[in-house]
Amino acid sequence: MTVTVYVPRDAAAKAVGADAVAAAIAAEAAVRGLDVRLVRNGSRGLLWLEPLVEVATPHGRVAYGPVDAADVADLFAAGFLAGGEHPLGLGPTDEIAYLKAQQRLTFARIGLADPLDLQAYEDQGGLAGLRQALAMAPEAVVEQVTQSGLRGRGGAGFPAGIKWKTVLDQPAGPDSPKYVCCNADEGDSGTFADRLLMEGDPFCILEGMIIAGLATGAAEGLVYLRSEYPDAIATMTEAVAILERAGWLGADIAGSGRGFRIEIRRGAGAYICGEESSMLESLEGRRGTVRAKPPIPAIAGLFGRPTLVNNVLTLASVPWILGHGADAYRDFGMGRSRGTQAFQLAGNIRRGGLVEMAFGVTLRELVEDFGGGTASGRPFRSAQLGGPLGAYVDAPMLDLPMDYEALADAGAMLGHGGVVVFDDTVDMAEMARFAFEFCEIESCGKCTPCRVGATRGRETVEKVLRGEDVARNLVLIEDLAELMRDGSLCAMGGLTPMPVLSAIRLFPEDFDRAPAVAAE
Amino acid sequence: MSIEAPLASGAGPDDTPEPSLIARLCARHGDRPAALIEILHDLQEALGAVPDGALGEIAGRLNLTRAEVHGVVSFYHDFRARPAGPVQVKVCRAEACQAMGARALIERLCARQGVALGGTSAGGVTIEAVYCLGLCAQSPAAQVNGRLHARLTDDRLDAAIAAEAAGAAGAAA
Repeated sequence: MTVTVYVPRDAAAKAVGADAVAAAIAAEAAVRGLDVRLVRNGSRGLLWLEPLVEVATPHGRVAYGPVDAADVADLFAAGFLAGGEHPLGLGPTDEIAYLKAQQRLTFARIGLADPLDLQAYEDQGGLAGLRQALAMAPEAVVEQVTQSGLRGRGGAGFPAGIKWKTVLDQPAGPDSPKYVCCNADEGDSGTFADRLLMEGDPFCILEGMIIAGLATGAAEGLVYLRSEYPDAIATMTEAVAILERAGWLGADIAGSGRGFRIEIRRGAGAYICGEESSMLESLEGRRGTVRAKPPIPAIAGLFGRPTLVNNVLTLASVPWILGHGADAYRDFGMGRSRGTQAFQLAGNIRRGGLVEMAFGVTLRELVEDFGGGTASGRPFRSAQLGGPLGAYVDAPMLDLPMDYEALADAGAMLGHGGVVVFDDTVDMAEMARFAFEFCEIESCGKCTPCRVGATRGRETVEKVLRGEDVARNLVLIEDLAELMRDGSLCAMGGLTPMPVLSAIRLFPEDFDRAPAVAAE
Repeated sequence: MSIEAPLASGAGPDDTPEPSLIARLCARHGDRPAALIEILHDLQEALGAVPDGALGEIAGRLNLTRAEVHGVVSFYHDFRARPAGPVQVKVCRAEACQAMGARALIERLCARQGVALGGTSAGGVTIEAVYCLGLCAQSPAAQVNGRLHARLTDDRLDAAIAAEAAGAAGAAA
């Protein structure tokens, strides 16, 4: 009897030896004369357990992890192909508390099958949203997105429906194209949800893009994918080719008479290209410098044409919304934050991984209940929310609900849903210095507050670190931060003050440096 | 892709000039200026770098000025004027990896290799910083000759470098 064994092909699994584990399982099965069908699935997002090996048993899938190649012979000896007990055994995958407690909509399929198996994708509900959209007028599709309450998942949280409507309302013709650009330049430290989905369920993102094209009247889509993600580039490129062969991409989508094609484009290591106007410049083959707004990309975007720019997760939420209805999506969440958010637990955390939950879950539930506290076992000191431009929070803020407005009111931001945890060994003044340094390295250089401010900011924090005129230099930093916030062209310079000022406000003791003793 | 084609044009067997590597790479992308970054990636994959001498021909093919091409090459961190060493280590120094001791890990690695961050050691190991490899739940992380490694310790990082060095030496032999 053939037994199916799943070993993830995700970069997160491969980076801790999944390929060697898969090879060892194949070799051991051959030695024992056992018939094993190896499926390289996406990651379930339980990243502390990778490589997470699953076996399909008559009673469902059973998980083992984290598995090392050296454990494989032992697993066979323990009868893992029949779900046998082993110290690495985790029981039925669906019963793992971390997974069971989640509300996975966008990530419902991740890790279930080979991500490039189109039949498996359809069997698990894929393409249902696109079929719906093909039967609807563009205005009706846009209305569904508006009604769902979906907001941009890239960080800014702008209502997706309004953006879609703006692009739809622009005139188009054979010589005046519109574009759909998928922003897959996931450069924020502490975020990896886009990568997991691109490698684990690429068809879902592409389906969302096709729906967006049908809804806004665009016939061309581009995915701007960072070069640091070679596995995602390979998977997405292959997924596009598969959809083309199956007739879901091309001049005539599934016999509808409407066309859409998608091109995967590589970034080149510039963080700023995650900013939408820089991304458009880069897609046009130029330096990724920020454009002044207005005009907004929805009116004058790629090559000056109306362009829908959405994050990976925004587009990937759309198939579910079309397939299940806007109201069903709207029922998740709180306040003006509707639906679910893919939270990413990272840094110094015991159980790091992907947690998709409705908005409103508290930071404490994420960090303590899901995450299990720090990896080091030392006390929690701070977490940075929403990437390198997001605020640091302290322990009393753990009860904040994860909601765009609630976090903004508390001086923080949700961003792309990343949560980077630090234990009590962190030096927050050093983190403030790093925030300026990062801005200095990654600033596009177009506007002065960001380009010069970052350098002056780093130098001034370094003076504080050396204990030079601390009180006066802290005032100077506050002043510089205000200028950068108000005077920068985009969020790079505009938000760099956020990690800096939150660190100063919440952890003043770290900035209270005594002057270094002069050398004798 | 390997370095099988000369940078400059050569004569083919039937006396028609064989298109240069750059001409072929540009043609692959329809000589479109919008594809400049893709073309530069392809060139770097072929040569290990985007040499200064290549900029003029690329500019000509895409109907751009040399200054425009230079501007793009110098803007993006990925492109390098000279090839890296046989073993290229890109270690993450973004916040999530810092929270798990990446800074000290990088300092110790540089000390063991006897090179500053950004440089190439006498043994041919190039060590560079990268800001996020998307492995933030398994920090610290690094990429060694394109292969990803997470939950790094000094030993694991050294083993990854040694494996690539052995592979590079094997390929050169």
